[in-house]
Amino acid sequence: MGKVIVVTSGKGGVGKTTSTAALGAAIARTGQNVAVVDFDVGLRNLDLVMGAERRVVFDLINVVQGVAKLPQALIRDKRIETLYLLPASQTRDKDALTEDGVARVIAELRLRFDWVICDSPAGIERGATLAMRYADEAVIVANPEVSSVRDSDRIIGLLDSKTARAERGERVEKHLLITRYDPGRAARGEMLTIEDVLEILSIPLIGIIPESEEVLRASNIGAPITVCGHDSPPARAYNDAARRLAGEALDMMVPGEKKGFFNRLFGRRAA
Amino acid sequence: MSGVARQRSSMRLRGRSYMAFALAPEPPVAEWLAELDDWLRTSAGFFAGRPVVLDLAAVTLTSSAVTHLISELAARGIRIMGIEGADAEKLGPGLPPVMLGGRQAALEAIEARPRQGAPVATAPEPASLLLQSPVRSGQSVFFPTGDITIVDSVGSGAEVVAGGSIHVYGTLRGRAMAGTSGNREARIFCLRMEAELLAIDGFYRTADDMGTSHRTGPVQAWLDGEALMIAGLDRSS
Repeated sequence: MGKVIVVTSGKGGVGKTTSTAALGAAIARTGQNVAVVDFDVGLRNLDLVMGAERRVVFDLINVVQGVAKLPQALIRDKRIETLYLLPASQTRDKDALTEDGVARVIAELRLRFDWVICDSPAGIERGATLAMRYADEAVIVANPEVSSVRDSDRIIGLLDSKTARAERGERVEKHLLITRYDPGRAARGEMLTIEDVLEILSIPLIGIIPESEEVLRASNIGAPITVCGHDSPPARAYNDAARRLAGEALDMMVPGEKKGFFNRLFGRRAA
Repeated sequence: MSGVARQRSSMRLRGRSYMAFALAPEPPVAEWLAELDDWLRTSAGFFAGRPVVLDLAAVTLTSSAVTHLISELAARGIRIMGIEGADAEKLGPGLPPVMLGGRQAALEAIEARPRQGAPVATAPEPASLLLQSPVRSGQSVFFPTGDITIVDSVGSGAEVVAGGSIHVYGTLRGRAMAGTSGNREARIFCLRMEAELLAIDGFYRTADDMGTSHRTGPVQAWLDGEALMIAGLDRSS
């Protein structure tokens, strides 16, 4: 049985889709079967970031409604053969998703894949709550900004109350991924520090992704950053985050800071 | 201390509905008051501390007559929280607000509270609520019958409402409202204060009114008259 992970944030534009693609590709490169699922019905993006937009025939809504079978809708990645995409529909809206339908699709994906990574839409409405509904674990993507951190706090509350696991009295394990971290702005005190973010959200950290032109370039050419720029700082940070997600214990470094300081902090805060 | 907070009227942050008694005077009002006196002789203190609405539909009174009637009722220990069945424009400022949309309700709903001096044997309600996980943004904790203790932080955009005191063994970043059922002795304690709003019995201060002097170290807030006071717990208060 595969593990279902939701990538969520509350706030838009923080890097959910980029992170979904990057983590999915990083895990799939290790040989495990990964499906990335776009829940952003009506505003789909994951197909573009994955470079699969010209091969979409059926989508999540078709499968949820029983119009198409799951294997018909899954798109295999051209670069990594264990990576699949289940795209969202661009023409429908989130009301087309039903709870029963989503449950059925997730259950089927769980049987076929080692990892099912769901890219949540922004917000806290139907699309976002259905994306997290059947998750076993969550990656909360946050920028080191007050608004993003508060929205993430809200999402963590929903993960603890509105998911199927929470309703059964179980926990949804949560992982924090800080994206768009700018060492220059952090040094000038223009962003929240990593310590601030951890203090407010108090969930374990799996990675700090530096703000980088490479990420933008990767999106534009339609490849996950962990595939096309695998030696760049953000790609390395995503690869490490994927390994931590899989349970490995790796040292954490704050981009632009000397090693050592943060290891102490991380050991204390998030171990 | 950054000085005494400005005086504020009671806070109305959210819509609520309540049960209230409706007193409906009938003309002539003087005789009605005499009847009320007769009745009160056998049920002294009945209205003490109870919410009462004045229904003026059956009488035609000027603004000053209404003021007089309300002071007459106040002399009998009856405080009027609102007026029904009257034209808002005819009543001047200084009178209780005009209430609309009232519906009939069974008296038991308001009688539920035991009468003063007549203790009723019921199982004691829990006097405190203990939470051991963070209160996240958007969550609301409401415990009208006693204290709330949170052994973690309260996030920005979260809300904690207690009938008694509020204790936060973490950082308080959201809103904390203590003593909401009229408990002026209630206090708010936290290890670190970055609250958006603090309130005790309806008297409140927003983050803007608090300054930043309490941002480090443990803090308590209490009510002094109508001023919400905030001071560090390490300093004498």
